Amino acid sequence: MNKTINQKAWLFVIPVFVLVAFNAAIPLMTVVNYSFQETFGNNVFAWEGTRWFKQILLSERFHAALGRQIAFTFIILLIQIPLGIGIALTMPKKGWGVPVCLILMSMPLLIPWNVVGAMWNIFALPDIGFLGYTLNAIGFDYNFTQQPGDAWFTTILMDVWHWTSLVVLLSYAGLNSIQPAYYQAAEIDGASRWATFRYIELPKMKKVLTLAILLRFMDSFMIYTEPFVLTGGGPGNTTAFLSIDLVKMALGQFDLGPAAAMSLIYFFIVLLVCWVFYNLMMKNEAQS
Amino acid sequence: MAKITLKNLSHSYLEKQNNNADWALRDISIDWKDSGAYALLGPSGCGKTTLLNIVSGLLKPTKGNVLFDDKDVTTLNPVERDIAQIFQFPVIYDTMSVYDNLAFPLKNRGLSDGEIASKVKEIAEMLELTSTLKNRASGLTADGKQKISLGRGLVRSDVNVIMFDEPLTVIDPHLKWVLRSKLKELHQKINRTMIYVTHDQTEALTFADQVVVMHEGQIVQTGTPVELFEKPKHTFVGHFIGSPGMNILPCEIKNGEVNFGGQKISSHNSIKKSNFSKTQIGIRPEFINFSKEGIPVKIKRVSNTGRHKIIDTECTGGKIKILSNASTEIPSGSTHVTFNKKFTYIYGDNWIIE
Repeated sequence: MNKTINQKAWLFVIPVFVLVAFNAAIPLMTVVNYSFQETFGNNVFAWEGTRWFKQILLSERFHAALGRQIAFTFIILLIQIPLGIGIALTMPKKGWGVPVCLILMSMPLLIPWNVVGAMWNIFALPDIGFLGYTLNAIGFDYNFTQQPGDAWFTTILMDVWHWTSLVVLLSYAGLNSIQPAYYQAAEIDGASRWATFRYIELPKMKKVLTLAILLRFMDSFMIYTEPFVLTGGGPGNTTAFLSIDLVKMALGQFDLGPAAAMSLIYFFIVLLVCWVFYNLMMKNEAQS
Repeated sequence: MAKITLKNLSHSYLEKQNNNADWALRDISIDWKDSGAYALLGPSGCGKTTLLNIVSGLLKPTKGNVLFDDKDVTTLNPVERDIAQIFQFPVIYDTMSVYDNLAFPLKNRGLSDGEIASKVKEIAEMLELTSTLKNRASGLTADGKQKISLGRGLVRSDVNVIMFDEPLTVIDPHLKWVLRSKLKELHQKINRTMIYVTHDQTEALTFADQVVVMHEGQIVQTGTPVELFEKPKHTFVGHFIGSPGMNILPCEIKNGEVNFGGQKISSHNSIKKSNFSKTQIGIRPEFINFSKEGIPVKIKRVSNTGRHKIIDTECTGGKIKILSNASTEIPSGSTHVTFNKKFTYIYGDNWIIE
């Protein structure tokens, strides 16, 4: 078949180009622009080369924020993924329990981030919050506004509460797409419950779990609103994750150059991890 | 290895049953001899898979009993019953190698590594899987995968019965023949009871010594392929088996004589008086001949399938299909046909009159 050449077709692509330019390309290029220059306001710029990048990469403050961020993401993935799979496995497969469970599970996902932060802030207040008061009443010295350990505990608990449902819903969808014949075959082969999980359910959930891990990684790595409302990054800087630190630098100190450089480094870390992770998963897929 | 007896089995997926339609299976009784090859044949939704799952223990019947070697196993699960089942589409463990797939049922039963290795080797050779043993099972073609699921059933030496639930559905036509003859060969080699569920008459008739034909949750006939073809006990069997199926023509019974379209028909079975709401003649297209006299028909259409000609005709009593050799000269326009008496049967309310 001969292709018809019609350059007018490009006209149809223009709206997309314009849209992408305004919502992605131009803002990003502005950040790139700032990251290589010093600005004194009034559109006066001075070329700085890679100075801001060097400064950020060598700064202890950035290392600390990155370290906290990695620890936070790692911990919540370690909790949310197994917990989500576990809950999905125990959810009913038919009957009235299905809609009830699904609605209950979707609820936390429907609450806006800052509301979640505010809710947990009040919930965890040591003097009047239900959680804080109860913990103190039963003998724990709990105060998330002053003790870093308690602040971390509360932030992680909040994130688990807010986002485990996503893993549950994805896993549940994955589990439901498994044909009954697989379970019947496993039953006939005399497989134990664990073997059925290990050799049927887990491999069949691989795709949705990849998606769940990627989504949870990206979201938690970029987390801002909830810890900002809950702890404001404190006590001290102990819960100042990358986004919180970035906003402090950009808007608090108005260091636009270093903040822009940090944004780009931040962006490349997320991109790199997603790329590596996705390729590893897909490489396995190609082998099988 | 066991003989299997089904006693008055009925099953319903509903909790309360109001009429016959609420039952997936109605009063099924079968005796299957040890190491026989049997087929359950019927259209989709006739209850054959339900019956198979009851035999394997994946489903508990609402009523009735399942006996293996006269021992009641109705309440036992598939592992306790020691059965193997091969499903409609290949069920394999994706992440395992072909070897591990075949070894899985043995590992679960706690056999030693040495025993497992020799058993797997033997079965792999039988199924021609030896060269792929180290490969990942998910990389195989559909027929290779189906061989693995078959192998997982065969690898256990203690299975009472091997059941096949339409195992060739996803296999390419040219490989169907290969696998089907493989199954037949395996049956002769290992001599185990095998039950084969299918809606494909060719598969059923080539695989089994005895075919059980099911229709709307009931057994309509059990017999050898020849019996099913030559003497269908129910109009459904006549219609379902054979291509094209049996001609089922309305007839009248008067003074012990059978009248069809104003003609007297002589049939294999006889009937004195009819108490039935409807009576019919059944005659296979293969057993109708053109002649100078007999039933007057009009030729409507002739289709040539290469080896046969299928002739659609019409007469006052209804439409009749005729099958003849491709070389036969077909008269055009109006002609007469006669029915071979030996294969002409009278049915009362769809059941043959004995």
